[in-house]
Amino acid sequence: MASTDIVRRMLPVPRVLPTEEARDLIALVREIADEQLLPQVDEAEAQARFPREIFTMLGHSGLLSLPYAEEFGGGGQPYEVYLQAVEEIARGWMSVAVGVSVHSLTAFPMATSGTREQQEQWLHGMLSGDQLGAYGLSEPQAGSDVASIRTRAVRDGDDYVLTGTKSWISHAGHADYYTVFARTSDDGGRGLSCFHVPAGTEGLTFAEPERKMGLHCDTVGEVIFDGVRLPASHRVGAEGQGMPLALAALDAGRLGIAAAATGLAQRALEVATGYAGEREQFGRPVASNQGLAFLLADMAAAVGSARAAYLHAARLKDAGLPHSQECSIAKLVATDAAMRVTTDAVQVLGGYGYTTDFPVERLMREAKVTQIFEGTNQIQRVVISRHLLS
Amino acid sequence: MNIVVCVKYVPDAQGDRAFEADHTTDREAVDGLLSELDEYAVEEALKIVEAGEGEVTVLTMGPEDAATAVKKSLQMGADKGVHVLDDAIAGSDSVATSLILAEAIRKIGDVDLVLTGLASTDGVMSVVPAMLAERLGMPQVTFASELTVEDGSVTIRRDNEAFSETVEASLPAVVSVTDQINEPRYPSFKGIMAAKKKPVETWGLADLGVDVAHVGLGASWTMVTDTQARPPREAGQVVTDEGQGGEALAQFLADRRLA
Ligand SMILES: Cc1cc2nc3c(=O)[nH]c(=O)nc-3n(C[C@H](O)[C@H](O)[C@H](O)COP(=O)(O)OP(=O)(O)OC[C@H]3O[C@@H](n4cnc5c(N)ncnc54)[C@H](O)[C@@H]3O)c2cc1C
Ligand SMILES: Cc1cc2nc3c(=O)[nH]c(=O)nc-3n(C[C@H](O)[C@H](O)[C@H](O)COP(=O)(O)OP(=O)(O)OC[C@H]3O[C@@H](n4cnc5c(N)ncnc54)[C@H](O)[C@@H]3O)c2cc1C
Repeated sequence: MASTDIVRRMLPVPRVLPTEEARDLIALVREIADEQLLPQVDEAEAQARFPREIFTMLGHSGLLSLPYAEEFGGGGQPYEVYLQAVEEIARGWMSVAVGVSVHSLTAFPMATSGTREQQEQWLHGMLSGDQLGAYGLSEPQAGSDVASIRTRAVRDGDDYVLTGTKSWISHAGHADYYTVFARTSDDGGRGLSCFHVPAGTEGLTFAEPERKMGLHCDTVGEVIFDGVRLPASHRVGAEGQGMPLALAALDAGRLGIAAAATGLAQRALEVATGYAGEREQFGRPVASNQGLAFLLADMAAAVGSARAAYLHAARLKDAGLPHSQECSIAKLVATDAAMRVTTDAVQVLGGYGYTTDFPVERLMREAKVTQIFEGTNQIQRVVISRHLLS
Repeated sequence: MNIVVCVKYVPDAQGDRAFEADHTTDREAVDGLLSELDEYAVEEALKIVEAGEGEVTVLTMGPEDAATAVKKSLQMGADKGVHVLDDAIAGSDSVATSLILAEAIRKIGDVDLVLTGLASTDGVMSVVPAMLAERLGMPQVTFASELTVEDGSVTIRRDNEAFSETVEASLPAVVSVTDQINEPRYPSFKGIMAAKKKPVETWGLADLGVDVAHVGLGASWTMVTDTQARPPREAGQVVTDEGQGGEALAQFLADRRLA
């Protein structure tokens, strides 16, 4: 079986893009995915190696700062375009696409609520492509329930002193800075504030990375704050503004995950379609059985719906219209689609799909986490139903 | 240091090749791109200019879509582009191609270094650099796997099977580079944006003072008289090892006089 040919197969994705530079950008991302990501992903994921050099390459190509303003070194691209780039990256390497989305999230509070001085001092570096960020919201006991965060930032003269543990932090130990949410008062969700913590600050340490089911190249682990002292100028936004900042960033982050899940599903569809056309049983390709061809059709429909859902939300966001409900819908639809499509891709490949000789079992393991992070899909339903009933 | 890089627009090697009725490559039906081997020449030019000063001009001769090759080079960082476009050019062989490129380089003027790729990925003749040097009256230094410019001269390393030569030539010179010389960069998004504002000139044969009688299929010294698609690869023979696998493989080789 010519497995490499099947694995290399691509399906065209028709896209409506607003400008010529957006078309060139997506073509560039495809080229990078085909030449740099797809050839490395299997081995790197098997070794759980954090691909810092890939992020450096993407950064230098300007792909780590697409949705931010040009005056700060960003690409000035609408979400509609940025997210399609994330989708194409995910088609090549899911861990990297998640990293790009997380990194984008880390710059969000600084870009939207930072002071001029803070933006001049830090935002350029965050968006230059040389630096990689991490986003510190979750804690061991504070997952879905963000308001129960316990990490404290205590004011001490001109400083804050941070103490506590953040968990599940992507890029822990590899990032150049940490965008962290900590408690500045006991007033529940109104008692959180956001901080910019450069790597190497004294008192900042990391636990062993988690051993996960998949997405092995997204190194995730606990970040421990043991009396980390920061000048007050490292607080981003007002004291107590942390929760609204975190939630606004999450809307954007959910779209990033929706786009990444779509790219992941697209990849599974490509492999399954290629395989079904070549694998013969009963003297004919298995794809010539309508029962199997319909499975492929349903997969294509799911990928298309996922793409339509995130693009709709992105276009609302780009137009400055309310989009929180649509972000949650897109995250729910796209990640459930990724789970179903990757599971069906394993089915299409039969026993071979269940082995590591083909990428679909890995894609299936990677799809699972998209239903969990950036707000579990139950939490997305909480958000959607609240909007419906308010 | 003003550098001209000759870049060719070629059919995508990943796609299916097609030919016209006159056996010339069908350059419209197949998606094309900047010849990958020419990316090394663009990269080398950019590195030289970034380390010192000067300007990189990319030059292509080809149909309308060949503008894509210029655009990609500008996105990588070249400063300006020239596209020689004329219906009369279709079917030109390497002799005619070198004539047109040489005249275009003269018109660009004030050139210190002309860089080319090792060979085009479609024609693969590797003769245009030599012809170009001859027509321009410049030294030709080919197959550079390392290149340095200094005080009016260029020095290259040329690798053979058995040894490496160091060759020096005075500037201006024509140098072809191999795929060992560097690792071409990807365009950056900023490069994509910047390329939109970079000047690209489109010249016809009349602009270059080239007589149409000297170019095109009619004037070419060589002509492709036939093209035949390679027969598809035959299905392999599968040997299931039931204890006799080794013998079966030995027999296979012996039957073909390979062992
Ligand atoms: C690979 C990976 C990377 C991550 N990266 C980051 C990161 O970079 N930064 C960061 O801050 N966090 C990160 N996280 C954390 C992630 O956001 C949390 O795992 C997620 O928010 C869920 O929290 P939890 O795991 O504590 O689950 P819990 O909140 O404990 O939920 C357990 C179950 O209960 C359900 N549930 C909870 N509340 C409700 C409710 N109100 N209604 C209905 N059902 C409910 C959930 O849906 C889930 O099924 C990452 C996680 C993973 C796995
Ligand atoms: C963990 C594991 C253990 C195993 N252990 C054993 C064992 O001990 N002994 C043993 O003999 N085998 C074993 N197998 C092999 C297993 O029985 C086969 O994987 C299974 O029969 C499917 O065949 P296939 O993998 O070749 O899939 P394929 O036949 O290639 O099928 C690929 C896809 O096409 C579909 N398909 C194929 N034909 C048709 C059709 N006519 N109409 C509609 N759809 C069709 C399939 O359902 C599947 O979705 C094992 C497999 C695994 C993963």
